[in-house]
Amino acid sequence: MRAAFDVAVVGAGPGGIAAATIAAEAGLLVCLLDDNRSPGGQIWRGLNPDALKKNPHGLAFSEWTQRLGRTHCEVCTGSQVIDSPAPNTLRLERDGELNDLSYGKLILATGARERFLPFPGWTLPGIAGAGGLQALVKSGLDVRGTRVVVAGTGPLLLAIAAGLTDAGAKIIAIYEQAPLSKLIGFGLTLTGFSRKIAEGFDYAMKLRGVAYRPGCWVKSAEGSTRLNRITITDGGKEWAHDCDWLACGFHLVPNLELPLLLGCAVSEGYVLVDDLHQSSVAGVACVGELTGIGGLEKALLEGEVAGWFAAGREDRARALSPRLKKQRAFARRLDRAFDLRDELRNLCTPETIVCRCEDVVFSTVRECASWREAKLHSRCGMGACQGRICGPQSEFLFGWKYGGVRPPVFPAKLSSVAVSEPSPREAESLL
Amino acid sequence: MSSDGFNITVNGKQMRVSAETSVAAAMMMAGEPCRTSVRGEPRGPLCGMGICMECRATVNGRKHQRTCQLMCAPAMEVATE
Repeated sequence: MRAAFDVAVVGAGPGGIAAATIAAEAGLLVCLLDDNRSPGGQIWRGLNPDALKKNPHGLAFSEWTQRLGRTHCEVCTGSQVIDSPAPNTLRLERDGELNDLSYGKLILATGARERFLPFPGWTLPGIAGAGGLQALVKSGLDVRGTRVVVAGTGPLLLAIAAGLTDAGAKIIAIYEQAPLSKLIGFGLTLTGFSRKIAEGFDYAMKLRGVAYRPGCWVKSAEGSTRLNRITITDGGKEWAHDCDWLACGFHLVPNLELPLLLGCAVSEGYVLVDDLHQSSVAGVACVGELTGIGGLEKALLEGEVAGWFAAGREDRARALSPRLKKQRAFARRLDRAFDLRDELRNLCTPETIVCRCEDVVFSTVRECASWREAKLHSRCGMGACQGRICGPQSEFLFGWKYGGVRPPVFPAKLSSVAVSEPSPREAESLL
Repeated sequence: MSSDGFNITVNGKQMRVSAETSVAAAMMMAGEPCRTSVRGEPRGPLCGMGICMECRATVNGRKHQRTCQLMCAPAMEVATE
């Protein structure tokens, strides 16, 4: 593949696809990178033409991928960005091989992952993220006839429960930790988002007969080698369900590793960007969930803004500003509506595992004063996921700031790391 | 299972899967954990998107494969690690 591009886009979800398409249509040499096997990101994962009619997002997906396909944009899937060894350079690992790629401008659209929170038994096989179970079903997991409880928080729970129903699962109930009062408040502020409401109704229709219970959460899970029972609480009463799967996720957190590695300023959990989606680092734009969890429409719009700006068309980018403001306001309302309740901090027993990679238990992590100390003294966050799972949960449980990214930002083969020159940034951010 | 399926082995047990099946999904359907944790607990996939590393398993002798990101192939040998 070519080694130098006008624009590199990292993340081939909606935001990245929109950015790459606009920049490439303007005649720039563009490269679109993603570590997954195919473009689409999480929301468009596994869509195929047959599914387009059923999926409310399908139409946008086919429009944008067709548009992208008509450009000369180079799409590199299966490519993991592991480092930025020099200015305007990304180091990629693909099929065990390393490549450096240089760019004039960089657009980051690395998306989000689910937030997980620990509770007794949460490490049992059979408990996956809500999006996690959906992804597994899209990659062939047969859930026909299985009993599934969907729990956690966020608007995705409804969509995911609908998808699981379509796949033949028996949804026992959906438990949303946010209280009804907050959800109603959120619903009332949605008037400017008729399409989102329509989607919500569609899901609600499919789910007729399935209980959607706000103000409830999973207290614990039981099983020997696999999940077979969970206990739910509303803060007063407790009740149990026998089930085969628990799909449990607590809204989303942005994948900040790459922006942090490049030095982009972050505030309140999201990358700080201006009206043109430029970060604090010159030439680096951030779009989509990185700037606020807002979903598909926000990501597409922000991708367009960054694409137009990269193409030198600030006028076109600024023309989208009014719509952008609405999307950002929507993202802030989502965060408030699905704010995590305090009771979720008190679910762990001393023996509950917090760091799944290293099996570090709650009582050990609780003794530490900071994320840094936890890493040094308990190995929490030092395992293969590099704190991607226990970092956000420690932030919630203990009020710590996790961060301090250093290359490789993704577990790489030793031979890939061995060729890396130590950088000043690496020395600075040893932890 | 569709006619274009094929066999793989998971911890020595044969099973038939379709080509659109990830190794993680196959292991769960076989009732086998993907990996054994530091203190000996069985673990299965959590995030489904290649981030949590809980679905690591040995595939055709190669260790630490993220099975949620890997599709099944004919005669593949998969083992819990």
